[in-house]
Amino acid sequence: MAEEVAVSDAIAVERTLGGDRDAYRVLVERHSRTVYRMAYRMMGNAHDAEDVVQEAFLRAYEKLKQFAGNANFGTWVYRIAANYAIDRLRQRNSEEAKREGSIKSGGQFLEVDPLSQVRDTSPSPERLAGSAQLAERMKAALNALSPAERTAIVMRHWDGCGIEEIAAVLNANSNATKNTVFRAVQKLRRALMPFLEEKETRAMGTEG
Amino acid sequence: MKHRTEEELLAFLDGATDERAAIAAHLNECANCREELERIEGVFAALDAMPIPEPGEHFEERVWQRIAPRLGEKKTRWWEPFFVPQRMAALGGVVALVILAFFAGRITRRTAPAQEQMDAAKVRERVLVVAVGEHLGRTEMVLMELQNAPILRGEKAIDISETQRRAEDLVEENRLYRQTALKAGDQAMANTLDELERVLLDIANSPDELTAAAFETIRKRIEVQGLLFKVRIVKQGLDERKANPDAKPAENKTRITERNKV
Repeated sequence: MAEEVAVSDAIAVERTLGGDRDAYRVLVERHSRTVYRMAYRMMGNAHDAEDVVQEAFLRAYEKLKQFAGNANFGTWVYRIAANYAIDRLRQRNSEEAKREGSIKSGGQFLEVDPLSQVRDTSPSPERLAGSAQLAERMKAALNALSPAERTAIVMRHWDGCGIEEIAAVLNANSNATKNTVFRAVQKLRRALMPFLEEKETRAMGTEG
Repeated sequence: MKHRTEEELLAFLDGATDERAAIAAHLNECANCREELERIEGVFAALDAMPIPEPGEHFEERVWQRIAPRLGEKKTRWWEPFFVPQRMAALGGVVALVILAFFAGRITRRTAPAQEQMDAAKVRERVLVVAVGEHLGRTEMVLMELQNAPILRGEKAIDISETQRRAEDLVEENRLYRQTALKAGDQAMANTLDELERVLLDIANSPDELTAAAFETIRKRIEVQGLLFKVRIVKQGLDERKANPDAKPAENKTRITERNKV
């Protein structure tokens, strides 16, 4: 099945290169939803996610000749999107840092480290039960990750990408990439501890 | 009992450990580590539970509508992109690559053990070099056709449909060489051919009638930029290489049969 899609994609790529623009539409229709899911997990909102999808398909179109049917088009456009998303995250972080810096110097309160907020709030049992709250916490925890960590966890956990594939997007070696994945999981775990491991305080007492 | 670290347990969950059996054995005996593993799994379960709002039934259509108008936006009349600096650099790049490959080939031939089989990649690379040379020769013809086309004073439009047809053929060829270059792992060559392909596509897709004035401008620019000259230098280098008496006949044969296959 995957093989059939790849062959059919390769044909669509060739047709597009031959000047048939509608052939590219087939590729957009076939792969944009998968790219969107990744982009949403990376960016954390629908607006930015759609922007990533559009930009990824535009860039893929411009670079289509380099693709040359050697790899799977879906994987290729996914990677272009991941590269763009990590750039956007970095840009967003540096803009936020700048804004935070100026607000802070103005002496206003600011949520500097979402992680510390997550950790400090003591959850009541009722709130623990609500998965919507858990999702909110997870969202905050994901936002607190560095762009590389977020990319690593999204690609690794949700999309099952290989370490090498992630390393290529992060522009790092595979050991550093494995560490990044680990750090991401560790941070998420710490951030969600009050939610997920309320039993742990008891369990930990017996440990040692 | 020595407990497993968080990192080891994560690697175990991830399937990225050489110690799978040892960790599994330890987990079998150690309740603490089993609990620790469950807590890490809890993080993954929480990740899995994260909702993604559906982008809507017409999402794909919307993406297409947004990007479609931008797909062709760089399109201009064919000779304009032909003369932008990147394109000139690309053509210069092809020239440089072919010359480089030509000399590299000579050195390899002299130093390699005489009868050792040349590995497939090397042969392919050499075939590619020769083929690209010939391809450039045909590109030269297209440029010459443009250069030498008769212009009658007062003629309103010039038909370049014949040149276009040849450019179309070159596009196909170019694509083939680019793919071969990619398979041979020559990314730089592939990229350069990619650039050339765009130029050829632009020629092939241009209107088949040009005004005499526009045509004259193009010809002048081909001349000023020395395009034809550059292509000729490459061709000459490759001709010399083909005529090189040092070349082993067996090798030539391989090259020719390989080329015919392409």
